[in-house]
This record gives sequence, C-alpha cells and structure tokens, in this order.
Amino acid sequence: MSRVLVASQAMGAKVSGVALVAKDGFSARYDLDRIAGVFSRPAHKLVGRSYVGKILVLETAKGGVASAWMLYEMRTRDKAPLAIVFNSVNPILVQGAAFGDVTMLAGFDEDVTAAVPDGARVEIDPAAKSLRIL
Amino acid sequence: MAGESNLGLHALMRLGEEEKAILAGEQGEVPRLALEHQVKVGGFFGAEDFVPVTQAHIMADTESLGEAGVRWLEKLAATKEGRRTVRIPTITDPRGTDFTKSKQLGQADWMVDLERRAVAAFVKLGVSMTDTCINYQTVLAATRGEHVAFGDTGVVIYSNSVCGARSNFEGGPSALSAGLTGRTPRYGFHLDERRRATIRIRVDWTPATLNDWGALGGVIGRIAGNYWEVPVIEGIDRAPSSDELKHFGAAMASFGSIALFHLVGITPEASRLSDVGGEALPVRRVGRDEVQALRQSYAIDERVDVVVFSAPQLSLFELRALADLCDGRRFTVPLLAVTSPQVKPDADRFGYTQRIEAAGGTVYSGMCFYQSYAREIAEANGWKRLATNSAKLVNILGGYGYVPMLASMEECVGAAETGRLA
Repeated sequence: MSRVLVASQAMGAKVSGVALVAKDGFSARYDLDRIAGVFSRPAHKLVGRSYVGKILVLETAKGGVASAWMLYEMRTRDKAPLAIVFNSVNPILVQGAAFGDVTMLAGFDEDVTAAVPDGARVEIDPAAKSLRIL
Repeated sequence: MAGESNLGLHALMRLGEEEKAILAGEQGEVPRLALEHQVKVGGFFGAEDFVPVTQAHIMADTESLGEAGVRWLEKLAATKEGRRTVRIPTITDPRGTDFTKSKQLGQADWMVDLERRAVAAFVKLGVSMTDTCINYQTVLAATRGEHVAFGDTGVVIYSNSVCGARSNFEGGPSALSAGLTGRTPRYGFHLDERRRATIRIRVDWTPATLNDWGALGGVIGRIAGNYWEVPVIEGIDRAPSSDELKHFGAAMASFGSIALFHLVGITPEASRLSDVGGEALPVRRVGRDEVQALRQSYAIDERVDVVVFSAPQLSLFELRALADLCDGRRFTVPLLAVTSPQVKPDADRFGYTQRIEAAGGTVYSGMCFYQSYAREIAEANGWKRLATNSAKLVNILGGYGYVPMLASMEECVGAAETGRLA
C-alpha cells in the first residue's frame, strides 16, 4: 500500500520517478557540477551522485540566487532534476522552478527526507499537493 | 516567465486593474510574461497581492544564464510590440568577466562573447549595467521601509538588515520581472511579521578582521540554516563598519540562505532586543572557538596557487588597505583583487591600483571571481589551492573544485609573496 505525504506549497506538472534523498541543502551553484550532472561539493551528502531525471528530496534551499537561472539552463540541456521536494524552500528555487518549469513541493508536517527512502519510486501531484511513495 | 504556462491553482493573488490588463497582454508580451512569472511565484508563497518596488537589481552572469538564458534574454530584447523596457531603476550584479582582462583570466572567447550578448540584451531592456554587488556602498542604498527587488544574497541581506529596506532574494528572472512591472509579490520580508527574530544569538567576542566577521556570519548562518529564520544577535561591543557588515552578511547569506539579521542596538529595527521579539527566545551562545573552528576547517594545505579578494567586491577602503600591504613586496603567485566599476576609477586616481599591481597583483573591475567561470579559469591557470579573506568565497568554491582557505588580508598578501599561508 502506497503512502501519501501532503505539502503546503506546490508548483508544476505531475511527475513520477526515482527519489534521491538526503538531509542536506541544495544550491545549483554551490553544490553541483552542472555539466556532468552530479553533486560536486565535497561536503554535500550526495557528492558524486547524479541528479539528472531524479526527484530530489532535500532539507532546504541554500544561498545563491544563480539557481533561479540555472534550472532553466539545465533543463534545456536535459541535465535537470525531474522535481525538487523540500522541507523548506527559499524564493530562489521557487523562482527557478517557475522559470524552468520544474515541479516543486515544499512544507510538510513531518521531515520529508526521513519519510521518503532513498531510491524509492515516488509520484508528485502538485494539483493535490501530494507526494506518493509507490 | 520562460514561455506559455497555465497559472491554474497558483493564480490566487488579488490583482488590481493594471495587473489584470498586463496579464491580458494590453502592455505587450514582455510585461505579460514578467507578471505571469510573478503570479506563479506569489501564488506558491500565498502572497495576497503585489507591492510597488522602487529599485531592482539583477544577478545575471552568463555562467548562470548559459546559452539558453542569453537566448531567452535576446528574445525578450527583440520584442517589437508593446513595452519592453524596465519601469524603475534596474541595475546589475557583477558580470562574468572584466572585458579588459579576460585573456589574463584565461577565459575563452565564447565566454566573453556570451557576456557581450547578455549586456546588449539588457541594454535594450533599459537595464543600467552597474555590474556591482556593493550597490549599497556605491550606487544608491535603499532606505528603511523601502520595498525593493534585489538579487545577490549579499545585497539583500545588507539592504534588509543594515538599511532596513524590504526585499526577498529575487533571482535574475524575478528581479528583471520586477523591473519590468514595477512591483513584486508581497510575501516574505516585505511583511512585518516575517521580520521578527526567530533565533537569538549571544556572542562573547567582537571580530577585528574582515575574515573573522565573515566567519562569524558563516557560523550564525549555519546555525540558522534556513531562509525564513531571522537571527537577532547580542554582544557586539561597537558599531561595525560597512565593510565588516558586508562580509558578515554575505557569509551568513551564503552559509545559511539568510536574508535578514538584527544586531541589537546597531541595526535600525532592533534598537532594543524587544523591538524584534528577541526577549522571548532561548539564547544560543556563539564563542570565538566556533569561529576559529570554521576557519580551521578550511586550513587544508599551506601551499597556495592563487590569492583572491572578491565576493563581495572590494570597497575603496579595502583596496587602500590592500595597497598598504602590497608596498615593497613582490608576489610569486597571482593575486586578484576585484572591485566595482564605480570604485575602480577612484582606486586608479588615488594610486591604489598602481601600488597593488606594482607588487604583481591585478585589480579587476565589474566582475566577481566565482561568477566568472571559476571552474574553467582554475583549469586554464592551474589554480586549485586558493587563499582569500572572504568566508563567502570559501563556502562557494569547494563546489568548483578548489581547495579554498580562509585567512586575513595580511596573511593572504603574505601568501601571495611566499606561496604559503603562514
């Protein structure tokens, strides 16, 4: 039986895919090698792992306004995540998701990074503000 | 803002007559796309309406934009019908190069070409190319209660905290949208209730150097760790300088995504702790040992390939201090000092540039080190071990393959001479 988590904030199209999960932050500029499509900041818990086509489930958005442009640029090269799910999000990532048409959920009653297993298949439905663990 | 979209469930904001007209395309496609983007963002955050803004500041270096972003800008700039220029003073963050020294940086021609195309597009959109992240020191500081739409996290945190202005982090597409529409969604730090303190920090030591101000900002940023947190800080025993607060805020924003802090008795909204609700919060003490631990965590290698002063751009008096330290030295590794196009002419006029460059350093203008294809110029120049006095820069550059080290300006200049951090 699948489990459903409900967010308070949502944007974008309905998608499903494999979750890449960590209790860590996210900044497209600080944390990623956007050419290779992997996390590259040595201190990041997902360092070395590919985010391309994955549903990122992370703690929060970190500093750096560049992410607002970068999601769009990454998407045009097919190097973007499929969706991003945060416990808490800052405006930059929301602006970037709006600009780059990347699905986003944020704001849960529980720690979404603990609730979703790394590697799980999940479905994101922004209209219902829901994340379903398949 | 990228193209057609269905506002759907996000179109919950209360819109005025002009906003409805803009969305209906009555002012042209450029304002329509801009406002549509703003409605999507405002809807996500539950903004009730828009607030007029008086200035916008756009972060748009081409490493961030890429070819796709520049093409998108060029498409906007080529729009023939309707209004396509900004309605309010709209300025830019540093570019991705100093056009006069791109070869010296080891940048490829395509990087400079992309920069020139972006500049041309912005000019057609009516944007003023100030190319600075220290506009609050050099162009036009926002005032208390002034609603603005600023990009660059360092600009936002300084303007919110030190000036008492009101801005969220506005990424490039959103800041440009605000310039084009003259408004921004009313959420976050535009609202009184979001400006109250959420974390109370008590320090037992006041930093003396810019790198330690940055490190303290970084420690507090890590503790807060979330855009929506607002630290109120007690225990600073004197009024810091603008440059000290510049490094403090920029690092806090970089390490923790923080957009607003209060210093009790110093910043304008916190004459007293109770002004921001701090008296009801538990105290978290931060000692000098935590600041030293942060600095020590970056002390990986004594050898240095390059010394960089940037992020934020240097003020006139940071350049003067640097020039004083350069006199009589001869550098064995490159030393880069980065400032704004507003400061550079005065640094030239006062002889600071000449004194830094006589020792073998180089003063760059209108760019920022990490926004200038940092990964590619590292490969082109063989740079890996980098010394800087900017806590913000050490936080960023790990992701670009550097081994960044945090030290005082004096120690960094010494490293440029000997190739080693003492």
